[in-house]
Amino acid sequence: MSVLEIKGLTVQVTTEDGPKEILRGVDLTVKAGEIHALMGPNGSGKSTLAYAIAGHPKYTITGGQVTLDGQDVLEMSVDERARAGLFLAMQYPVEVPGVSISNFLRTSITAIRGEAPNLRHWIKELKESMAGLQIDPQFAERNVNEGFSGGERKRTEILQMELIHPKIAVLDETDSGLDVDALRVVSEGINRVCDKGETGVLLITHFTRILKYVKPDFVHVFYDGRIVREGGPELADDIEANGYAQFVTA
Amino acid sequence: MAEVKEHEVAIVPPKDHTPVIRSLDPTEFPTPTSRDEEFRFTPMSRLRNLQEGNVAATGSMAIAVNKVAGSTFEVAADKSGDRIGFTDKIAAGAWSQIESVSKLTIEANQNLTESVVVSIVGSDAVAYGQLDINVEKFASAVVIVDHIGAATYAGNIDINVADGGSVTVVSLQDWDTSALHLAQHRITLGRDASVKHVSVTLGGEVVRILPSVHYSAPGGQAELIGLYFAGAGQHAEHRLFVDHSEANCRSNVVYKGALDGEGAHTVWVGDVLIRANAVGTDTYEINRNLVLSGGGRADSVPNLEIETGEIVGAGHASTTGRFDDEQLFYLQSRGINEDEARRLVLRGFFEDLLGQIGVPEINERVRDSIEARLGGQI
Repeated sequence: MSVLEIKGLTVQVTTEDGPKEILRGVDLTVKAGEIHALMGPNGSGKSTLAYAIAGHPKYTITGGQVTLDGQDVLEMSVDERARAGLFLAMQYPVEVPGVSISNFLRTSITAIRGEAPNLRHWIKELKESMAGLQIDPQFAERNVNEGFSGGERKRTEILQMELIHPKIAVLDETDSGLDVDALRVVSEGINRVCDKGETGVLLITHFTRILKYVKPDFVHVFYDGRIVREGGPELADDIEANGYAQFVTA
Repeated sequence: MAEVKEHEVAIVPPKDHTPVIRSLDPTEFPTPTSRDEEFRFTPMSRLRNLQEGNVAATGSMAIAVNKVAGSTFEVAADKSGDRIGFTDKIAAGAWSQIESVSKLTIEANQNLTESVVVSIVGSDAVAYGQLDINVEKFASAVVIVDHIGAATYAGNIDINVADGGSVTVVSLQDWDTSALHLAQHRITLGRDASVKHVSVTLGGEVVRILPSVHYSAPGGQAELIGLYFAGAGQHAEHRLFVDHSEANCRSNVVYKGALDGEGAHTVWVGDVLIRANAVGTDTYEINRNLVLSGGGRADSVPNLEIETGEIVGAGHASTTGRFDDEQLFYLQSRGINEDEARRLVLRGFFEDLLGQIGVPEINERVRDSIEARLGGQI
């Protein structure tokens, strides 16, 4: 069983006023089959954690460690991390003009699996996953995220997660900007991956509403660059009822 | 693509686009220098003195044309006949040096289903050429002019499309890296005639192409498409002139280029003139450049000069952007390594243009050539 271990992680970014510390010592362990919700107010550093795990060059790791099944993730390039089994569903997936979804996914899957997928199986696999997420089959020929609505982008992120079948998936505010129907469809997609029991999920969210569809095993409250409270699903209910202010005084 | 600058529909102060001198005799031109507007971006010291208009040929280009029913090809030793004068010493110099003219004719009313491929192969000599493409009334064809090999070559192409004719001319500059290629491509359109002129410049040390469009009657349509890639030390220049001198004509210009490496230099100048009598004109031009790495320079100068308000539309745009790190991160986060991610983005940048060119047989060739030329840098 795969396990992602984050220990004492500190991260800074460069700003106009010099370096600024965003993460101030994060400890978190996510195992395959588990769903962790990481909740926190805006500006608490949730997305920074997601990008730091994925290896975005904007974030400088100043301390701590991140390992996946004992391998040092921080030593790996962005693409090596993905091939090792890490997946990040982005809050704002970028457009890639002139590159079709179909070409992009095939290139990605070939890189992740280490060989080109059998064409017939691949087309079937792609069709099924797209149908499950209620994505129009014609989307395959559209350029990556070009002219996509917010909901279409998020569905496409989850489509990638399903096809890549990562060891650990970090979902960065996948619920933001979704209407109720899209939220349900996207949640079902996440659950399909989780139900296989081979993927650990770190679900980053500001709101509790996605947790009605995707049931977390653990809830972590994030504030000012670190985890300030941990518990079970009941912690999300507490946040729903009383907000984040109660954790802020810590 | 991160956009560094953007110009939108701005009208520049009028200036006289009509060349002062038009001649077939190079001695009637002064030797151009970088102080001349037309040559301000051109590396004059790398033109191997062709700007003098009198460098002797040391060889010739090997020309081959496939036989396609409805077309004829001949090499005519006779240089007489009507021909409008060229606009610079280099082009007139080329004319004065040649002993024959290559003439491709698409016969009247013939709709060719197979592309005519004119291959022009250099063998590392100084050479000159003149290719005439005559599209007779109501004929239609696709003509690919394929420039390969090594050469110091000044070769002009005159494209005449008679009333109701239609032609796509693709000029591929897929030279070896040592080549020098200087050319005027002059298009004349008859009544309701249309042309799609495509310049694909991938190779050569210095390539300078001057496509121009002249309308001899109303109703003409011109689409000018360009795709260029300049690697380290390469100069790729396209200087266009569309002369709207007749009513109810259209022109659309789309040029896209990428630069990679130290000293890579691309130039695009798009001059569009709408004369006072050219009512009902509809024109638009756009140039986009993608800078892949530091040390390159993209010059992009749209010029629109309008002498009548009675037009359908006129506009231009130009953008130059750098490789987008967020795109790279996104692709890499899906397991795609950096080199392949860059190739994917670059391919994507040109992909819509290949669709607009609409000559599928060149697609793989162009994609492969660009990727091969990326070399070890990317």
